[in-house]
Parts: sequence; structure tokens; C-alpha cells
Amino acid sequence: MTNADASRNRSQSINPGDSVEYLLEVRGVRKTFQVGKRAVKALRGVDLRARRGEITGLIGPDGAGKTTLIRMIAGLLAPDEGSILVAGRDASRASSDVQEIVGYMPQRFGLYEDLTVDENLDLYADLQLVPHKARPARYAELTQMTGLAPFGRRLAGRLSGGMKQKLGLACALMRSPELLLLDEPTVGVDPVSRRELWAIINRLVRDEGVSVFVSTLYLDEAEHCNEVVILHEGESLGQDSPSVFSETMRGGTWSIATRGAKPRSIQARAARVEGVIDAVIQGDSVRVVLDDKRSADPARALAAFEGASIERVNPRFEDAFMRMMSLKNPLVTTVRTAETSRQTRDESASTAAEAVIEVRDARRRFGDFYAVKGVTFDVRRGEVFGLLGANGAGKSTTFRMLCGLLPASSGSLRVAGIDARRAAAAARARLGYMSQRFSLYGNLTVKQNLNFFGGAYGLWGRRRAARIDWALREFELLDYVDTMSATLPLGFKQRLALGCSLLHEPSILFLDEPTSGVDPAARREFWRRINELSERNVTVLVTTHFMEEAEYCDRLAVMAAGAILALGSPAEIRRLGGAADRPALTMEEAFINLIEQSPTNGGAS
Amino acid sequence: MSDRTRDRIGGIRPLFAGGMRLRGLIRKEFKQIVRDPSSLAIAFALPVVLLFIFGYGVSLDAEHIPIAIVVDEPSADTASFTAALYRSIYFDPIVVPDMIAADRAMLERRVSAIVRLRSDFGRRRRFGIAPIQIVVNGVDANTARLSTGYLDGVWLKWRVAKARDEGGNPSVPVLISDRVWFNSELESRDFLVPGLIAIIMTLIGALLTAMVMAREWERGTMEALLATPVKVGEILLGKLIPYFLLGTGGMALSVTTAIWLFHVPFRGSVIALFVVSTLFLLTALGMGLLISVVTKNQFVAGQTAIIVSYLPAYILSGFIFDIRGMPAVIQFLTHFIPARYFVAILQTEFLAGDVRSILIPNGAALFATATIFLGLSRIKSRKSLE
Repeated sequence: MTNADASRNRSQSINPGDSVEYLLEVRGVRKTFQVGKRAVKALRGVDLRARRGEITGLIGPDGAGKTTLIRMIAGLLAPDEGSILVAGRDASRASSDVQEIVGYMPQRFGLYEDLTVDENLDLYADLQLVPHKARPARYAELTQMTGLAPFGRRLAGRLSGGMKQKLGLACALMRSPELLLLDEPTVGVDPVSRRELWAIINRLVRDEGVSVFVSTLYLDEAEHCNEVVILHEGESLGQDSPSVFSETMRGGTWSIATRGAKPRSIQARAARVEGVIDAVIQGDSVRVVLDDKRSADPARALAAFEGASIERVNPRFEDAFMRMMSLKNPLVTTVRTAETSRQTRDESASTAAEAVIEVRDARRRFGDFYAVKGVTFDVRRGEVFGLLGANGAGKSTTFRMLCGLLPASSGSLRVAGIDARRAAAAARARLGYMSQRFSLYGNLTVKQNLNFFGGAYGLWGRRRAARIDWALREFELLDYVDTMSATLPLGFKQRLALGCSLLHEPSILFLDEPTSGVDPAARREFWRRINELSERNVTVLVTTHFMEEAEYCDRLAVMAAGAILALGSPAEIRRLGGAADRPALTMEEAFINLIEQSPTNGGAS
Repeated sequence: MSDRTRDRIGGIRPLFAGGMRLRGLIRKEFKQIVRDPSSLAIAFALPVVLLFIFGYGVSLDAEHIPIAIVVDEPSADTASFTAALYRSIYFDPIVVPDMIAADRAMLERRVSAIVRLRSDFGRRRRFGIAPIQIVVNGVDANTARLSTGYLDGVWLKWRVAKARDEGGNPSVPVLISDRVWFNSELESRDFLVPGLIAIIMTLIGALLTAMVMAREWERGTMEALLATPVKVGEILLGKLIPYFLLGTGGMALSVTTAIWLFHVPFRGSVIALFVVSTLFLLTALGMGLLISVVTKNQFVAGQTAIIVSYLPAYILSGFIFDIRGMPAVIQFLTHFIPARYFVAILQTEFLAGDVRSILIPNGAALFATATIFLGLSRIKSRKSLE
């Protein structure tokens, strides 16, 4: 925040009379795509402005139209209506002028994976017309800034996710653009790389005077921006500095200490209280956001927690965002109140429950590369166990070994007492698996997908019909029965995929990156369902790269480079990853510390 | 402040701008070709494999055709005729006792034809009419036709020789003396291999180009390219030039293999061959680029390229099946297959020489197809993601 304010002041003091104060102006932009016979309105009236020398963030859930807008600014798509001006030039009519002064990093970085780091730099230097004699100095600057200097001759495809992202950035920055466009640069990248990227962006703004327009779906990244624009379903809902957004929530944000009780059950209770917009676990407490009406009288709103220590906390941008979303889409907050508490589990029993999943020194080798190098952990019945790590940490490989989809190179993996290496099929019958990207048949309807997966899990006749009926009701899919699953919103795809994996009532559920790319509201709802499942004694093993989601797990393993860095409850992980005198405040901080302390951390984070 | 860094980095004068970008793109493409074994395989391994298959494996000539001989009543004449069949390189005869055995051999596909010499063979020959009965398996029409032709030949020769031995006049009214032009050994390989070069060029030009363009879309690199100040023409040339060179390399390899390994004659001029190959290669590349405008998915691009370029080139170009033997409608359709013009020229260049009446009209047609496909791909390519 202080950073944001400071840079605001600076930019004003540097360019007091600058006639083009706004480097980027988007006015009334609309865009409709034709998908088959359907017209999809990607943008329905977007207005925003980005100041010179500032970082402007574009925040919105998946499918809000962020990528479409950024592509338009880069001159790659023409708006149906409205105009986009970059430094006074029209991005669609004078696209080549605009492309001269814009650096664009697409979501997938746009790297040639079969070229080396240097060769990628050469290509973009040629394309952006950097003279040969200026190159050595520019390359040195860029590779030093991004930490790529030692990897010049490595193939881009063999870099870690974080390094690819930095190479993509270096390519986009080759000729020091006036405006840098970044489309979700931090998705799927580990927290260390994420932090480094923001450090680089801040330096660019400070030292090279680059203006940055960046889209993200991580709400906490708003705090890095001077101003943020909230985009929702193709409309801009507002633009301001993040602190202005969060100030609107002052008085409505409270923290309930858990005092040894399970944070998850407090959170579940809090989420059911009327007027609570958002309830998230944060360390040893649950953070609650009240709507405007209840903020006036918080004591009454939180009467259910009488006796617990409740204190007022500072609002964040995220709170304002969640409120905006709840106003836009009231469904999100109608927390399903029924049933959930009915089967609340006896907590003392769970700690003594037997291990359902046992992994002992499992390794998996691909050629000379160990994707997983000796992991050991147990998961007890009814537990929610998380594998936390960046892309490439070995989470998915561990997962596939447990499902029997990939034989382990060595070590033992037992699922429900069955050796996953030998009797994979027998083990699989007991578990539900929801893979990354959901593996639904896009050209089948919701009902047909359920029918197919029901059959695949060996359900027939009346029982299958009953289970499908259950899934449609449980996951609120009744309105979508005959919708092609490819056209479902991502959050609904996720529900359908979860529904499919639960049809045969498995006692163990494997979720591989279930919330990747799903917006915050849908993610919260998803975790509520996972909670319920665990209360019904279903064992859940879940991988995620969202640090805050780790708080929803009973226990978790932090993974990096194929090894487990730390294992324990969220509180224990925060203690392990904290400083000598205090535990880490957030899971992200703990994760970064753990990575930095780990002996294997050699350069290529 | 950003301007300060930009000033320090400087820029290239507009005149040279295109050159630098194009060189960068071409260099990138070559590095990718070298590192991707599949493009090298399509350009160099595939031509050799195809040449080997067609050079050694597939042949439209029939030799060593298995036949059954049934002799109803052995005599000196039948023995002499049987011996003549044994001597022929076209036949691998077996003698079976009767027609029943011969029928069975035919049914079991052990023989492709039956030659039956009736009991009055010797007597009727002396009156000059002694007929032989030939039964051929018509399932494989080509072999059947060839068998009857060859059997007739053996029969005729035997009769002439027999008559001469006996000092008489062979009672054959006209003696046909064959003279084969252009492919005097009647080697179908000499006819197939030149046509094959057209197929190979289609694969490199259309299939490979369509797929590498689609790959750029699939991997998201095209999006990053388009967001730079690069021009559409430069992107297209950046693909065209490397794959043109690769195709020329594949072509040179095929021609050398054909001439040195398979001893296919080459009677035309290298210059004419080079010019028409260039025109055809540009056509194929234009098709590949056009396909990639329509589909941005590697799998679909590959399928499309095979269906619209490779298969028609294979079937409708006159490479194997003579166009003049096709129904009128199909003959008309072949005019839309650029490969037909190239195949006509190739076969002429290899087996006959520079025949202007073939070279000029077919060359003009190739010039037209190259212009159309390259022009369309240039018009249809937009610097946009839509």
C-alpha cells in the first residue's frame, strides 16, 4: 500500500503537466464472439484508464473477459464497439504503432520451448529491432534482472514454470516498452517466483519508467497495484486504488479466534450466519466479512460466537471484491444451511483413526530425472490432506502413483490397505478421482457425462439413476441437465466433475488441482463441499498451488522439487516456516521460507 | 523514462526492419527444424522410405505368375509347349493331373491362371488351329490381363518356332512386332518414381507447413509473435523460405536416389526440372499456409492436409492411375489437382525429355496454382487472433 501511494505521488511529481496523463484509455468497449451458433458476450461495456508510470491491475474471476481485453489492447483483436487508445493511438486501427510501444506477455508466455534461452532472446530482439551492438548490454540487463544469466544455453522447455515466466517477461521487455501488458503472469507459478516477479515489475516501473497493465485472479496481488479495475462478466465494476476499495469495508471485518477448536468447523459455522459475506480461515482464527447492514451492529450479527474472542481487523481489497461479487451474484452467498451440521464428526476420534493411505519412500523416475524423490506420509480416515507445491513440485506424479495410473519406481504406496502398485484396479474401485482440467466430455451434456461416468464406475439401473439424481440435486446442476458440458462456466464444470467422481460413493477422494483457474467464490463453495464430505468420513487427498487453500486442510505436505519439505497441520507448517521467534503469518510466507531453507534450492527455483 | 532506455537501445531504420525480423524468423524456424526430428523425418527419411517401397516393393509388372498346367493327353507337342512356359520369366508353372486339382489350386489362390491342353492338342495343331484353354482369376484384374497377354505371347512364339522347325510356313497371318517407346524395358518403377516425387513434395509443402503453423497457434507462440511489430508478410515468408529450402532438399534427395539407386533414366534438363518443382513446391506451401488459416489445431491441420492435398495427389494426379482411363467427370476434377500438372511434367522429364508441348501448358497451370494458393493465404492471413 505504501508502495502504491508513494509511486502515485512520484508519478504526479514527475509529470505534473503531462498532457497524456493516461497512457491507456479504454472507452465503452464491447466484444461478442460467435461460438458455434451461440453469441458469447465477452465484454459488455468496459471503461478504464491507466496512468503513465503506474501499475494498473485488472482483477476478475475466470471468464470475466480479462484476456480478451488485454488482447485488444495489444492490437490482436478489434472491439465491436468503443475504442482503446494507447498513448493516444488507436489499438485496432493503428495496431502496428501500438505494437511498437507495447510489450505483451501472453498467458502461456509465448516461448519457443525447443529454443534455448538465448535463442528466444535473439528472436525477440530481431522482431523488436534491437540493433546488434545494443544487444549485449540489454541481454545482460534483462538476464541479470530475471536471474536467467546462468541458463543462457538451456532449452526454454526445460526451465521451471517460474523461470519460463521470467524469460517470457524478458522477451516482452526486450526494447523497454512504454506499456507492459501481462496476462495472468502468476497463475500456476510458485510463491517464490511470484514474489520475485512483483519485485521485477516494481523495479521496471521505478528504473525504466515502464507502465504496467496486469491481469490476475489472485486477489492478494491487488495490493501491488497503484489502481485496480474489477472486471466481472465483461463489465468493469469500478476502478480505484486498492486501499480505497478496502476502506469501504472498514468496520465489517472481524476475526474470531479459534482457541484450539478446529478452524474449519468455526469457519463452516460462521459462513452459515446470516449477513456473512465471506469467512476464511487465517492461521488460528477465522476472518469474517459482514455485509453493510450487519456491519452497523456486529455484536448482534456474531452473537452465535458469544464467548469467543472476536476482534476487529483491517479490511483488505479481497473483502471489497467478495462483497461486490455477492451483490452481483447473490447465489454465492446463499450458503446452504441444511444438513451440514447433522453429521458433525467427533473430533477426538479422527485423530486416532487408522491410516487409509500409506506412502513409504515412494520414488518416481523419468529417465534421469526424479519427479518424486522419496516421499513418506500417512492419511487417516476422514482427513483432508493437502499436497501443496508449485507446478512441477511432484504433486501430480505422487497422485498418479496413488491412483495406480503410474507405477512407482520404488517404495510402497497403499490405498485402503491395497498395494497401489499391484492391485491398482482394486484400489481404484474404492476411490473417486477428479483430475486436473476435470476430464469431462465437452460434447456430452451434463446428464450424459453423469451417465457415462456412472457406467464406468459400474453403476446400473435404478441405483445409477438414483445416484445421478443425487448428483444433480447436490451440485445444483438441475438447470443444466441438457447443457453441453463444454459450455458450462468453469465453476459448474468443477461441480460436475466432482459429482461424477462421487457417483459410486467412494470412501477416498483424490482431487488434483480442483480449484485451478476457478474464481474465488466458486473456490470457497467448493471447499465447503469438501468439508461436508470429510464430515461424512470421506478421506480427501487434494493438491493445490493456492497457498490460502492449505488452511482448509487438516494436515498437509509442502512439496518442492519432488521432496516433502514439511509435513503437519497448517499451524505446524506455519511454525516450521516461521522465524525463530514467531510462526509465519500466512501460509505463503511459511512456504517461501521453507523453500529458501531447503538444501535442494539451487538457483532454478 | 522508458524513452530514455528506448533511446539508448535505439532502433533499426525502417528500410532494414523487415530484413532483421525476417532473418530472425527464418533462423528460428531452422533451429526448430533441426531440433524436431519429425520435420527432418518428413523431409528426408520419408522420401527415401517411399522411394524404397515403390522402387522395390510395388510394381505394376507381373513376373513369376503362378500358373497351373493341365495336360489331358501328354505328347511331344504338349511337352514342348509346357517347356516353353517353364522357360518364360513371367510364369512359375506347376503341372497338375486334372482340372479338378487345377480348380482347387485356383480357389486356394496358389495359382493365378490355368492352362489346359486338351487331348486333341497335337492333332489340331497340325491343322493350325490347336487351341489352348486359359482360365484366369479375374479378382486381380491387372494380373489377369497381364497373364492372358503373356500367355498369348508364349503361345504365338511357340507356334512360330514349331512351324519353322517343321520347315513349314507358320500359319500366322500377321506377326506383330512390339516396339516400346520411352520406357523400353517396360519397368513400372521408371514410371512410378518420378510421380512419387510429386507426392513427397506435397507432403513436405502442405502437410509439414500446415502442421508447423498450427503448432505455433497451439503453443501460444503465434499470439506472442503477432503482438510484436512484425508484419503478416514477414511471418508467412518466415515459414515459406525455410520449408521451401527443406522441400528442395527433399526433392534433390529423391531425384538423386531415383537416378543413382533405381537407375531411373533422366532425359530432360535440370533447369526445367528445377523451375517446375519450384512452382509446384510454392503451390504446396500455399496450400499448407491456407490450411493453417482455417484450422489452428495440429491434428485437424494434419488430417485436412492429407485429405485435400496428399490423397488427391496420390489418386487423381496420374501418378499411378492413368487420367485418360478415368470417367469424364473425374477427368474434369483432376484439373483442380495441382499435382496432376507436376506429375505430367515429371514423367516427361524423366522418361522423354524437355517436351515443350507438355512443359509449357502444365508449367503455366502450376504458375497459376502457385499464385492462387500463395495469394489466398496472404489475403486470408490477418494479424489478429480471430
